[in-house]
Amino acid sequence: MGKIEWAMWANEQALAAGLIYATGGIVGVAGQFRGWQFAAFGIAAGVFVCLLEYPRSKRGKGTSVERTGQYCFTVCVKAFGPLTRNYYVRAFLHAALCVPGGFMLATVLGCVCLGIASLIYLSAAIHGEHWEPILPRTEPPKRVGNSIKEPPQNPPPRPPPELRRKKADKLEPAAYDNPMSVTINE
Amino acid sequence: MGNFAANEGLSIFVILVWLGINVFLFVYFYLAFLIERYYYTRVILGHALSWARAPAACLNFNCMLILLPVCRNLLSFLRGSIQYCSRTAARQLDRNLTFHKLVAYMIAFHTAIHIIAHLFNFERFMDSQLMINSSYLPYVLSQMGNNDNRSYLNPIRTNETNPTIVMFTTIAGLTGVVITLALILIITSSMEVIRRSYFEVFWFTHHLFILFFIGLVLHGVGRIVRGQTLESVKVHNPDECHSQFETWGKNGTNCPEPVFAGNPPMTWKWVVGPMILYVCERLVRFYRSQQKVVITKVVMHPSKTLELQMKKKGFKMEVGQYVFIQCPSISQLEWHPFTLTSAPEEDHLSVHIRIVGDWTQALYTACGGDKTVVMDAWTLPKVAVDGPFGTASEDVFRYEVVMLVGAGIGVTPFASVLKSVWYKHVQENKNVFTKKIYFYWLCPETQAFEWFADLLQSLERQMMEKDISDFLSYNIYLTRWKDAEAAHFRVQYEAEDDPITGLKQKTLYGKPNWDNEFSAIATQHPGSKVGVFLCGPMALATALGKQCISHTESGTEFIFNKENF
Repeated sequence: MGKIEWAMWANEQALAAGLIYATGGIVGVAGQFRGWQFAAFGIAAGVFVCLLEYPRSKRGKGTSVERTGQYCFTVCVKAFGPLTRNYYVRAFLHAALCVPGGFMLATVLGCVCLGIASLIYLSAAIHGEHWEPILPRTEPPKRVGNSIKEPPQNPPPRPPPELRRKKADKLEPAAYDNPMSVTINE
Repeated sequence: MGNFAANEGLSIFVILVWLGINVFLFVYFYLAFLIERYYYTRVILGHALSWARAPAACLNFNCMLILLPVCRNLLSFLRGSIQYCSRTAARQLDRNLTFHKLVAYMIAFHTAIHIIAHLFNFERFMDSQLMINSSYLPYVLSQMGNNDNRSYLNPIRTNETNPTIVMFTTIAGLTGVVITLALILIITSSMEVIRRSYFEVFWFTHHLFILFFIGLVLHGVGRIVRGQTLESVKVHNPDECHSQFETWGKNGTNCPEPVFAGNPPMTWKWVVGPMILYVCERLVRFYRSQQKVVITKVVMHPSKTLELQMKKKGFKMEVGQYVFIQCPSISQLEWHPFTLTSAPEEDHLSVHIRIVGDWTQALYTACGGDKTVVMDAWTLPKVAVDGPFGTASEDVFRYEVVMLVGAGIGVTPFASVLKSVWYKHVQENKNVFTKKIYFYWLCPETQAFEWFADLLQSLERQMMEKDISDFLSYNIYLTRWKDAEAAHFRVQYEAEDDPITGLKQKTLYGKPNWDNEFSAIATQHPGSKVGVFLCGPMALATALGKQCISHTESGTEFIFNKENF
């Protein structure tokens, strides 16, 4: 099916699941439904999942598109090192978080969506993918070439263009051929 | 302003009408459940009933609409017929995918409202079964219909259950879960990131819509929305009788026990039409794909570009359209779109395919890309072609002076336009209205489109032979280059032919100064209408749009056509 990076889809699914989990939780708590404690857990878990999933991973191949303002989240998520890098850990975490949602109607949808996201992450982990932070590239300092040590070959004052131009047979020497010598000793 | 109204007016009108219908349905069905028949339902549920039914009606409407913009062949047919009446209306049909997405977002929005309202409904139904107190009207109502299990009001029939179990054991609940999950999976795999990079995931997941529609039609079969029957309302008036619930049906009262029934499913009435149309659409696509297509010529261009020339019986196209190509030997299920680079006047159809991914790479190998020997025609793979679809740029020929601006890969449809103009002008010697074309090509590197430079070269040669070199004036702008290349350009400054493209007109570096260009054209062609056609990024579209407006002075009028090729 082409070289799909499952983690990209798992990420979208998990983010959506987090939102749905949290919304279901809010409805459960606001409406004071039976089992609202599960709904409260749902809000916490949903928000946590959203924060974890918001920063997109760097793609293995191709350009990565950041989500708006994801840099601070990237830094936080990166700080947990292997826990967030490894997708097996994420798959297991999502599976664990989704279970309490199944006990109450308002959070059931969030539970199932998060479960699906967990499965897709498992697939990503099996395919050897891992989370890479998208960090701004630091430019290497511009290195100055050796030619800076040589004086310019054709400094002004220069003769007018008619004398400077050479015929097109020998281009390379023609470009750098000076009508008068410019080195120091001659 | 006039330009804006001409270009966008119809779109805005369509969107407003669509939103208006949504609002109307919402309010109408909200009020429809505030009538007497549902008095007792509302005793238990309150307004959550209306909050669930109103988005349900909107969902019916939008699910009906969502299949229509993706019936490509139907739209092509409509486009062809409407074109003679109104070109603006015909162009509206080219924005079908935008409309499809808008309707999808609306479906997601209404689904959210519908689900939240039903969460309250389930909770309240459950509550009224659990508050066991015969002086409590909701409880009394929930016990109605316990004898025959048909004339009940509360779909939760016992107090030894919970809403989650009820959801999974009712038809409405189960189908609801299935269609919501299908919808969520479809939406997450349709995000731009996934769609652009992993198209197959998007395409295959999108087919969950079949499950979605089946579930949608079955969703109301359980008749879970219940209200008093009409006969019951005649003998038992809720307004009068609701306070005497402890004596219903007993001797000496005016109020017999109320009888309840469920509403029949309505969704199928909305969606059956579009579903049939869509099935026909897929059948038409299948039929067209079975038509024989013969590859007559394969050209390997430098920089990984493959040109396929094909013949298909009865194929008619217009300039700037695209086709879908399938190669069964590579993949039975994948159809990929490519812009047509041949002109309608030619006897074959051609596409230029860049080798970027798996499918194109496999096509390259199948067409003998790696081999240096000539391949026999019968060894070439069988292909299927569906189309043509999309914007026809016939409008180009309605202007006396035309500016064509293509950025990067956006130059491809112009190949078709230029060839067609060439055929019209020179070979058939028709009195072509278009007298002058200014062509601007902005690209980061010309290598990827060397084939296009070849086309320009041959046009240039032919024009010189016919002595009409003034007809086409093209400007190629290289917007990015490496330092090493820059040194080479500098050195070749005096050469007669351009070092990159080999054309007489030199490649220019950097981005064009649109102000100067527009002014120059305005001075050259006073008093005429200049059509400006762009195929490129949005930023360029805004810039050109502004230029058109600011340079439209007395006499010269610049009309901007922002087409999505």
